[in-house]
This record gives sequence, structure tokens and C-alpha cells, in this order.
Amino acid sequence: MQSLIVPNPVGGEMMVRIEHIHKTFNPGSVNERPVFADFGLTICKGEFVSVIGSNGSGKTTLLNLLCGTVPQDAGTVEVAGRNVDRQRDHQRAAFIGRVFQDPAKGTCANLTILENMALADNKGRAYGLRPGVNGRRMNAYRAALEPLGLGLENQLHLTVGSLSGGQRQALALLLCTMTPIDLLILDEHTAALDPRSSETVMELTDRVVREKKLTTLMVTHNLRYAMSYGDRLVMMHQGRAVLDVTGSGRDAYAVEDLVRMFGEISIEMGN
Amino acid sequence: MDIFVRLLINVMEEGLIYGIMAMGVLITYSVLHFPDLSVDGTFPLGACVTAALITAGVHPVLALCISFVCGGAAGSVTGFLHVRLKISDLLSGILVMTALWSVNLAVLGGRAVAPFFNQPTVFNSGLPMLLPEALRPRRVLIILAVITLIVKLLLDLYYKTQSGLLLRATGDNAQYVVSQGVSPGRMKVTGLMLGNGLTALSGSVLAQQAQSASVSSGTGIVVMGLASVIIGTSLLRGLRFVRPTTMALTGCVLYKACLVAAMQMGLPTNYLKMLMAALFIAALVTGNVLDGRRGARAKLDRT
Repeated sequence: MQSLIVPNPVGGEMMVRIEHIHKTFNPGSVNERPVFADFGLTICKGEFVSVIGSNGSGKTTLLNLLCGTVPQDAGTVEVAGRNVDRQRDHQRAAFIGRVFQDPAKGTCANLTILENMALADNKGRAYGLRPGVNGRRMNAYRAALEPLGLGLENQLHLTVGSLSGGQRQALALLLCTMTPIDLLILDEHTAALDPRSSETVMELTDRVVREKKLTTLMVTHNLRYAMSYGDRLVMMHQGRAVLDVTGSGRDAYAVEDLVRMFGEISIEMGN
Repeated sequence: MDIFVRLLINVMEEGLIYGIMAMGVLITYSVLHFPDLSVDGTFPLGACVTAALITAGVHPVLALCISFVCGGAAGSVTGFLHVRLKISDLLSGILVMTALWSVNLAVLGGRAVAPFFNQPTVFNSGLPMLLPEALRPRRVLIILAVITLIVKLLLDLYYKTQSGLLLRATGDNAQYVVSQGVSPGRMKVTGLMLGNGLTALSGSVLAQQAQSASVSSGTGIVVMGLASVIIGTSLLRGLRFVRPTTMALTGCVLYKACLVAAMQMGLPTNYLKMLMAALFIAALVTGNVLDGRRGARAKLDRT
């Protein structure tokens, strides 16, 4: 299969720089699984990158390397000019927001909407013995919930566990963008939702990203989302970016082309 | 009738003393989902520290505070073993409990029991002496109620602070704590310190009430604490506006009532531990059955 890599047009400062990454899971055992051999990726400030790829292509590992959930064997990861190789996941969370596939992961089920928001609002500061919920921020929270159009602003005292998956995911997105972040990571965040909630959350995502001018890395299995949202498309296969197109370059592709390329990848994989 | 009243007071007193410990277990077990066995060691730690301090002439209220701090320190060791050294939660607790046995003996100067009769305690010195004459005979119960109530209210307040919210989030969804830029391990250590601190405080109160400390007073504390929490939460869970701390306290009083009732009906003391285990099993099973029924009803409501 021919691979097509259009060099990334140099536009503005770098937000993410991943260089010479090597990663092998279970090295030296029968389950040894090499994922990355000298992988690199850079993302400009304000760029919205969609990543697609077959299973085992390294998409999720890429996100985990960025967030510090999984350490790399070699190579460096830089976010907003700072080297994060030695930072643990919770330290990186101060400037990286992440929405997970599982809506339960991005919110706290036993706490109320208000308490969830109050915790997220305090991110980056110490969690001390001051009252958890600051009454003066109530109106700000309501104002933040209102654009979701889910009516959550009138249910601040509801426990999050009683919300639907779509509502929880919308809230999770809101929570991780409440404080300023350098990078937003969307980890197949619409995959576990029904088609309608999925549309709603995706539209909301696009709006939030545009409004706050967030640098975003979105992994998705939905080729249509990958095409229609974001301004750069990366297709991964066996630890490499086999397609990396931006703006006008991307418009040359139709969803059918991607499906065809995807088909070729899958045949190579033997499934 | 007189006997009945005396028994009731006895149950209330014990329920309030051990209720402080049950609120500690509530933090580790219900909030953090951490089965913490180190409380079997921190309870007598509180008692032994108190005996040593009061014998040395330290103010009884200060002895309560120092016991709390010592319990917290022991809890931080359990947390360190689990979070930093990656030892399983059960084993970390067992290791600390085992080590504390020696610590407790050392605190008592090598003795297994240390009575400190005729020394000032929170029950026979200071403010309680200002109680009106008529209430004097009930002063132990009154003082216990005040101490336990203060602890309960402080804990209720803590649950509403930033740190308290984050602690509740830790047991619920550790990833959420990571996302807020805090290590869940640190919150676990905080919870264990608080839980064990309260347990030691409970031990200190018991020692001051009995005017004696014993290294073996911790045996069965885990079972009592867990049973109290589980009884309380299974019985009162359906009621809104009842705080978890109230549930733990109620559970503890009910548990003690069951034990006293059984003894009154002529159960030989040798079978006490057997009864404790049986009550615990009954509480667990009832909790599961109630859960199942609520779950089934919720399912029906949804369809």
C-alpha cells in the first residue's frame, strides 16, 4: 500500500513534540508486542488532530504515552515546550485534559454535579480544608452548563451517577476544560454512546475546542467524524503514521477513500 | 426495669465509644474501599498511649489528641506499605497490626495491662465536674455523647471540604483524582491516617473510661467496625438525609445491643467471638439481599 505523508506545514509554535519513541510491551516474553519503533509526531498550537487506525496500530498507546499512563522505552515527549518524560500522570494532568471512552471515568458518580464541578474548578491548586463548594461560583457553574443544552444547570445537586452516558460525557468534557489546559485528549470519547448522544457530544466538542482554541488530539473509530471535524487527519498503522494530511490536502479524500485504505490495512493485518 | 435501664446505658456507652472507631472504619472501608486490618493494632495503640501519658501526668484531653496523632502515624505506615511499596491492601494492614503489638507492649513498658486508677481522665476531671449534681451519675454517658458528637460533626464537615470531596472521589473513581492533578495514592494515605486516627481516639476514650489499657483490647476490632458500618448502611441506606456517619454510629449501637442481648439470654462468654462473626455474616447477607431487591426494583422502574 502506498503511504502518503504530507509534511506538516510549519504554522506557529509547537504544542506537542514526540520524538524517536520506542515502545515494546512485555519485552523478552512470548507476548512481546512492539508498538513503536522510532515514532515521531508534532502538533502545532491550536491544531485539532483526528487520529484513526486499526486495532493495535498504537493509537491508544500514543495517548497513554502523552498522559504518562504508560512510560516509553526511549524517546522524548514535550508538551508546550516542557519535557514531561519524568512527570507522572497526575502531574501531567495539570496541563493535559483527557476525556475517556468510558463516561464513568471522567466524572465521579457518587458526587453531585456541583461537587464534580467544584473539584475540577480547583485543579492545579491545593485541596485543603476550605469548603469544597464555593457558593460564589454557583452562577459561573450554571452559566457553563447552560450551553450544553441538557438542562443540567437546574440539577446541580443531582448525583452524577444518575445521569445518562451522553450527559456524563458532556459533563466530563466540560470538567476537563474548566481550567486552562495546553492539550485536550479525546480517547474515542463518543464510542460508548448511542448515535444521537454521540452527535451531540461531538458537536459540543467541536464548539468547546473552537471557543477555547484548544490544541486537541482526538482518537476515533468514526471515519466521518475524523473527516468532518478537526483540521488534520492522521491514519496510523503498525506504529507508523501512514497518512498525515492537513486542511486542503485532507479535502482530496472522501470517506470512501479512507474506508478503502482502512480495508487495505485490515487485509494486511490478516483479519 | 432497673436492670433494663442499666443495660441500655451500657449499650449506649459502648456503642458511642466504639462508634468513633466505626466512623474511622467508615472512611477506609466505605469511602476508600480499603479493607484496613491495621485498626486491630491502632485501637489498643490509642489505649496504651493514653495509659502511658496519663500515668506521666499529661492532661487527659491532650492524651486524646496525641492518641489521634499516633493512630494517624500508624495509618500512614499502612498507606506507605500499600501505595509506595505496592503491598496488597490486606497484607499492609496485617503487617502494621502485627508490628503494633510489639509497639503497644513497648509503650506500656513491657506489661500487657496497665491500670491507671485514681488518675484524672476526661470523665472525672475538668469541665464534667461542672455538671449539675442530678446529672452526675449519668456523666459518663453525657461526656461520651459530647465527644462522639463532636467527632461526628467534624467528620461531616470534613466530607464537605475540598480534601474531603477528593477523598470521596478517590474511592469512587481514582482516575478522576488523577485528572485533577492529585495522586490517588496520597489521598489513600490521607484516608488511612484519618481512619486509624479515629480508631486510636476511640481506644483512648475506652482506656479513660475503664481507667486501664490492655494490649489485647484490639482483638476483633476490624470485625466490629466492619459489622457496624455494614449494619448501619444496609438498614439506613434507603433514607435520604441520613449521613453515613450517623449510619455507622447507629450500626455500632445496634451491634453492641445484639451482643448484650445474647449475653443476657445466657450465651456463654466463650461463644462471644463466634456470635460476632455470625452477626457480621448476617449483616453482609442482609446488605446483599436488600441491594438485590433495590436493584431489581430500580430495573423494574426503568422498563
